[in-house]
Amino acid sequence: MSLFDYFFPRKPASASVAKERLQIVLAHERSGRDGTDFLPRLQKELLAVVTKYVAVEEDMIRVSLGKAGNASVLEINVEVPHTAKPTPAHAAPA
Amino acid sequence: MGKVIVVTSGKGGVGKTTTSAAFAAGLALRGHKTVVIDFDVGLRNLDLVMGCERRVVFDFINVINGDATLNQALIRDKRIDNLHIFPTSQTRDKDALKREGVDWVMRELRNEFEYIVCDSPAGIEHGALTALYHADAAIIVTNPEISSVRDSDRIIGILAAKSRRAEKRESPVEEHLLLTRYSPERVKKGEMLSVEDVKEILSLPLLGIIPESPTVLKASNTGMPVILDPASPAGRAYEDAVARFIGEQREMRFVLPERRSLLRGWFGRAAS
Ligand SMILES: Nc1ncnc2c1ncn2[C@@H]1O[C@H](COP(=O)(O)OP(=O)(O)O)[C@@H](O)[C@H]1O
Ligand SMILES: [Mg+2]
Repeated sequence: MSLFDYFFPRKPASASVAKERLQIVLAHERSGRDGTDFLPRLQKELLAVVTKYVAVEEDMIRVSLGKAGNASVLEINVEVPHTAKPTPAHAAPA
Repeated sequence: MGKVIVVTSGKGGVGKTTTSAAFAAGLALRGHKTVVIDFDVGLRNLDLVMGCERRVVFDFINVINGDATLNQALIRDKRIDNLHIFPTSQTRDKDALKREGVDWVMRELRNEFEYIVCDSPAGIEHGALTALYHADAAIIVTNPEISSVRDSDRIIGILAAKSRRAEKRESPVEEHLLLTRYSPERVKKGEMLSVEDVKEILSLPLLGIIPESPTVLKASNTGMPVILDPASPAGRAYEDAVARFIGEQREMRFVLPERRSLLRGWFGRAAS
């Protein structure tokens, strides 16, 4: 480090700071979009199908899109209470 | 069948209305029958920038509600043949642009005009979505500044997901980057994102660079699209952008600071 740099430390130009910050925030925002729009609708439709067979509440179905290695994983969790009754219309004939 | 061009950005105040006026005027000057539509319901401004505010009788909402015909609402520009202005309404009901009504209007305009330039409001709400829905091409107006670039990225995502072309799985909306309010001097000093930076971040083809210029305010003060001012650097840059849009090759200007000799700078100052 020269004496000059010591007295006048050079800051990176503000434009390059801006560029770096943008690249980081946009990488994050882009990964969160494209395709994940459909999750709420998928959850609704799943609920409609599942409730035909067992009585479950809305918050008992969770849908999420995750990553495992290079693959995207669509994870669907359906919680079924012990006491869940088959929905009458679909109950097996006696 | 006319081509619908949306001028959009996400962020407000970046130059959408200035660009819509200049672009529509530029297309019409080249002999293309063009209409420019204000989609900024409640914040009508295009009429002022185009200098026809005193000739507005009927507006977009009147037409949609069937209170006026399209021809009654369209204002013919007095300076430029082939150019028409379709003003928006000052209603405070932002959702007044009903889907079916807008669909019908756009169908009519496509039959009547070669180019339909849509001046989008800021934001990503109903107004902005309505403006971009019918687009065949989009001009993404961006300032070399972080929040504007980020909002442009957002709008690019929305174009790919929510436009009619996306919905109908047709070929995607043709996208063009227009970098406005650019100061080559400040870029050189490292104070402003460069055109290369913005191109790299947004990865869009560059339609033009519009320099920051006091002539833009002067033009809007007098209600004249800046492209009509032969002395305006911004006007020249818009002219180039229009030429590129319709397929001409034009070298980029206003990338580097203007070379000004020190002497001329000194004498120029002494003289004024
Ligand atoms: N190239 C430019 N140089 C200087 N001022 C500009 C330029 N482009 C736009 N402006 C100014 O910026 C302000 C916002 O422009 P406007 O076109 O109304 O933006 P928007 O429609 O995106 O809100 C106006 O005052 C306009 O005069
Ligand atoms: Mg505007």
